[in-house]
Amino acid sequence: MPLIVPRRELTWSEKLYFPAYFGGLAITVRHFLNSLLGRKADKVTMEYPEEKWKVPEGYRGAPTLVSDQDGREKCVGCQLCEFVCPPRAITIHPAPMPENAQHGKIEKYAEKFEINMLRCIYCGLCEEVCPEQAIFLRQDYAFTGYKREDLVHDKKRLLELGGVMPDPIFKWKNK
Amino acid sequence: MNDLIHLIAITPWAIALVKIGVVLVIMLGLVAYTVLAERRIAALIQDRRGPNRVGPFGLLQPVADGVKFLFKENVMPAHVNKIYYVLAPTITLIPALLTFAVIPFGSTLGGVPMVIADLNVGVLWIFSIASLGVYGIVLAGWSSNSKYPFLGGIRSSAQMISYELSMGMSVIGVFMLVGSLNMTRVVGYQHDCWLVFKQPVGFLIFLVAAFAETNRLPFDLPESEQELVGGYHTEYGSMKFALFFLAEYANMITASALMVTLFFGGWQFPFIGFAPNHPMWNGVLHIGIFFAKLLCLMLVFIWVRWMFPRFRYDQLMNLGWKVFFPLGLANILLTALILTMQAPR
Repeated sequence: MPLIVPRRELTWSEKLYFPAYFGGLAITVRHFLNSLLGRKADKVTMEYPEEKWKVPEGYRGAPTLVSDQDGREKCVGCQLCEFVCPPRAITIHPAPMPENAQHGKIEKYAEKFEINMLRCIYCGLCEEVCPEQAIFLRQDYAFTGYKREDLVHDKKRLLELGGVMPDPIFKWKNK
Repeated sequence: MNDLIHLIAITPWAIALVKIGVVLVIMLGLVAYTVLAERRIAALIQDRRGPNRVGPFGLLQPVADGVKFLFKENVMPAHVNKIYYVLAPTITLIPALLTFAVIPFGSTLGGVPMVIADLNVGVLWIFSIASLGVYGIVLAGWSSNSKYPFLGGIRSSAQMISYELSMGMSVIGVFMLVGSLNMTRVVGYQHDCWLVFKQPVGFLIFLVAAFAETNRLPFDLPESEQELVGGYHTEYGSMKFALFFLAEYANMITASALMVTLFFGGWQFPFIGFAPNHPMWNGVLHIGIFFAKLLCLMLVFIWVRWMFPRFRYDQLMNLGWKVFFPLGLANILLTALILTMQAPR
């Protein structure tokens, strides 16, 4: 037996429309007063530059270089990230590590390490490919500058953005 | 300086010029801040914030907008009819400002009546000038020489002509009661009782027609953004667009001022004396009352905009011709009957 949905006749007041009009006006004025007096708990708009969105765990923001808790930069200048980077945003000039340095066995370090944020597509392949877990996509996502050069992050800036990522193993220690 | 004040005080044309200047400045200021108020109120109604960046509470936003409009590149499409294209924004704005001339916005200030031109055919002036405003929109639509502005222009002319009839009908009742077309006399008549209580149907028709005449939201078919891109001002940019924008809000102010004068007792307020016992302060008070009422009606305009969806074109015409036009006629008939019954034999 098919279900028949009863179609209700409109009442006289519904046909007149006016009650609906005033009902609508009441709704808008209620919203107006609520937001005017700040009574609304779940406000929708965020005052963006001052008030920022809380970035979730695992967010793929800007790629950065990290150091361990001893302050050693983890990058060993292997250039894998440079080669894997699909938009070729990373430029690395590796240089030989001096023999008598603290971590002289590493042999190489990145003399110059630049990430061009105008090219970066935040894909995270550099983080994935890094054998030393030296490059991480952190939570910063908004970069602005007055010149193109402002948006090419050099090594100093990358280390600054990356901060410390604790290393549980210290495989290069005393080598 | 004293000589200048003396000269202004004794020459009527100088007084008129000063009044025109002051009213013009107030009008344009009101227009600018109505735009801001509209945006802020719209935001609050929709649980947003609205422009709050420029200055405290966004109060300098109109200045920023004005500067933006002035410095924008003045693009004129190659396919337009140049003379009418340039003329149209002006023709839209000027009638909007002109109609304010006959509206008494206060009693007297230092013995000077607070109305720019106390015409004895005040309302005729308003209707005749206000109906010129449609030329601007029609010209804009036609001279733009493209599809959407043209449709907007056509709709606008039909809409404004239709609703002008209802508007005219709605005020006839008022003038039957008052017995004069002079706006000052209309205000004087409402000494005891506002006309909105004596002519509620007339007020309703006038209100709806005012929404239609000013192209405000339930009836903003000439510029309906979704279907006509922007309607008659699609091809306009920079300051020429800003003129249309100003005209819309100036029309709103004039319509509100007209409603205040015709139905809400003008600059009078119940319990505050009609005859000024202190010429200066009473005059200022009356001006304040007038503008307070004006702002309340503007709020209604803005409030209604964020409530009702737009009418379909045929519904708009049906409403105008089949509901409000007969209703206006019935109102006139009823008023006439009551007046005849009350008349002393």
